Amino acid sequence: MRDRITGSKALMRALQAEGVKTIFGYPGGAIMPVYDALFDYTRGEKKCFDHILVRHEQAATHAAEGYARVSGEVGVALVTSGPGATNTLTGVADAMMDSTPMVVIAGQVAIGSLGTDAFQEVDLVGVAQPISKWSYQIRHAEDVAWAVSRAFYIARSGRPGPVVLDFPRNAQVEEIDWEPKKVDFIRSYVAYPKLDKAIIEQAAFLINQAERPLALVGQGVELGNAQEELKAFLEKADIPAGRTMLGLSALPSNHPLNVGMLGMHGNYAVNLKEQECDVLIAIGMRFSDRVTGNLKTYAKQAKVIHLDIDKSEIDKNVKTDVAVVADCKESLPALTALLKEARHTEWRESFKELDKLEREKVIEPAIHPKEGPLLMGEVVNAVAEQATDDAVLVTDVGQNQLFATRYFKYHHKRSICTSGGLGTMGYGLPAAIGATFGAPNRQVVCFMGDGGFQMCIQELGTIMEQQSPVKMVVLNNNYLGNVRQWQDMFWMRRKSFTKMLNPCYELIAKGYGIGYEAVTDRNNLTAAIQKMLTTDGPYILECAIREEDNVLPMTPPGMNVNEMMLEI
Amino acid sequence: MEKKKFYTLLVYSENVAGVLNQITAVFTRRQVNIESLNVSASSIPGVHKYTITAWSDEDQIVKITKQIEKKIDVIKANYFTDDQLFIRETGLYKLATDIVLQNAEVSRTIRHYDAQITEVNPTYVIAMKSGKTEDILNLYNALDQFGCVLQYTRSGRIAVTRSTQEQVSEFLEQREQTCQKS
Repeated sequence: MRDRITGSKALMRALQAEGVKTIFGYPGGAIMPVYDALFDYTRGEKKCFDHILVRHEQAATHAAEGYARVSGEVGVALVTSGPGATNTLTGVADAMMDSTPMVVIAGQVAIGSLGTDAFQEVDLVGVAQPISKWSYQIRHAEDVAWAVSRAFYIARSGRPGPVVLDFPRNAQVEEIDWEPKKVDFIRSYVAYPKLDKAIIEQAAFLINQAERPLALVGQGVELGNAQEELKAFLEKADIPAGRTMLGLSALPSNHPLNVGMLGMHGNYAVNLKEQECDVLIAIGMRFSDRVTGNLKTYAKQAKVIHLDIDKSEIDKNVKTDVAVVADCKESLPALTALLKEARHTEWRESFKELDKLEREKVIEPAIHPKEGPLLMGEVVNAVAEQATDDAVLVTDVGQNQLFATRYFKYHHKRSICTSGGLGTMGYGLPAAIGATFGAPNRQVVCFMGDGGFQMCIQELGTIMEQQSPVKMVVLNNNYLGNVRQWQDMFWMRRKSFTKMLNPCYELIAKGYGIGYEAVTDRNNLTAAIQKMLTTDGPYILECAIREEDNVLPMTPPGMNVNEMMLEI
Repeated sequence: MEKKKFYTLLVYSENVAGVLNQITAVFTRRQVNIESLNVSASSIPGVHKYTITAWSDEDQIVKITKQIEKKIDVIKANYFTDDQLFIRETGLYKLATDIVLQNAEVSRTIRHYDAQITEVNPTYVIAMKSGKTEDILNLYNALDQFGCVLQYTRSGRIAVTRSTQEQVSEFLEQREQTCQKS
């Protein structure tokens, strides 16, 4: 029997076949046939999807990113053409930089009108191409099954990333005979490069000879779901490991071989030790400039082993001695098998002196201040002490992000959502909404500054409607704090447009019917956090933060990692 | 800074819309000028071949090549120096007939450079030369001295590798085997 359906319904079936459960979206003219088909798929007996109506298309993409980051599934955003489509581009670029699997489906004018500057027409494939893993226009309904399956395969396989599907209106309404398709092979695209045994031997040889090995752990370990394989690898050869910001929950904070966070505002010891190690083993990380500082001097003394699934990352920033191009789920155990059991006690002990220095000079004053207004580090630390072990940390971008990532504790894999590569202010709030859907049984805490909070503040509407249990901590210092810090440090204290006049957040919370409390006195902090975490549903905790607090330690941009400053 | 050299990239892709844009964007992003570009069907059905030349240092061209190969619909991208390739370009020279007839040196020069005359009419003569870049340029410079060149154009480079291995066909065979196994 023929199964005659529209392209829009074909999209529903294709999404169902890919295991989609949640769609973040916003309707509009050129996507109306799809929204009409969606109506039947989101209610009643045939219900397949939850559709979350966001308040701005950019938020749909960040929510999809948050969803993907905690669940490991592909996040889905559904929007209309023109401005709906262009509003997703920040999220697409963000997902590309941070290797987040996402499929954005956007309406488009009918193909007969393409190129005529039709109402709400924009060349989405053209503008999305350089910032997406794949972009494709589904010009006819018969292509839907194939294109959707290909999109999900590309988004989730290999090094994950965003895919953009442009869906002209004619293809949404055309009728076709439904035929499911499954794409799991593309001849021009090698998602999982074959592991080279000879290369693994070379890598093992270097590690077995090392006296001062250091591992740099990135998000690739989480994306490859190789957290246990990582532990086995590190433990067998007793290798201390620093984590990138996106890789923070790939290795639990309390693991004895964890030596902290890498990068510009990471931990002191590991930054200095990058310049002392004899073998550097980078695992699923891309040597971002925020990690390496000055590349001309970075880890020049070390032999570099780079494990990455993406061949184009090899030698991109740091020259590699041995490049293991493979999925770390496969390469790590292969490497571990060839390692000799080793102990590097002296080397590991040498971190402790520097840790102590950082604790005295930076950490203690940041998390246990004796007087003055509240500090960001202190709030984060207090939240971390009360948060559940499997809590998800979501951050916005700026000082809030740097303090949150430094002082939060990670016990569970896939516990961090933050915009690393693109540094997208406004990411936090919608990503946190997405995280509550991606991990419905976990606590989701979102730290934001007063700047970033206001960049997607309209999503309080989504939170209100969904009653998403996002615990929002607004670290309000009435400044765009990170830029203000740089102005103070590098721009002769000329605070050009970084001071902000803020609204009354209590009234805003009230308008959305969201629980709210403000803390100004540190004696009330613990109780206020407890109330936030034990109240069901969404909650805003506004903390009045010292206006001119600085994130430390810091390696000024372009400086050598071992020139990291503990004080200014 | 490494010295810049002249490189030729041979890129093979699926025959789908939009790949050229993606390839050129990789150059644009790094502010590397494309000197010449030729796109045509390859000997493999459904596969297009791009021959792209550019001045670059090796470090840069390696990264460009990898970024191009990373595109989903690109099958293979490799870079070469001239000694690794058999190279041809074509120059077309539109010359004023009256000067060609008045000055016998013009015809002599055309013969000397082993160029062909493909069309003659009372207004113009069209000469054509295939060869390496410098041969085509030299002929242009020689003809230009007679003041007879009305128009001149040089094609993009086409090239085949001197290596005995056929990397792309072998890669595609391997991929088909992988597909059948799974």
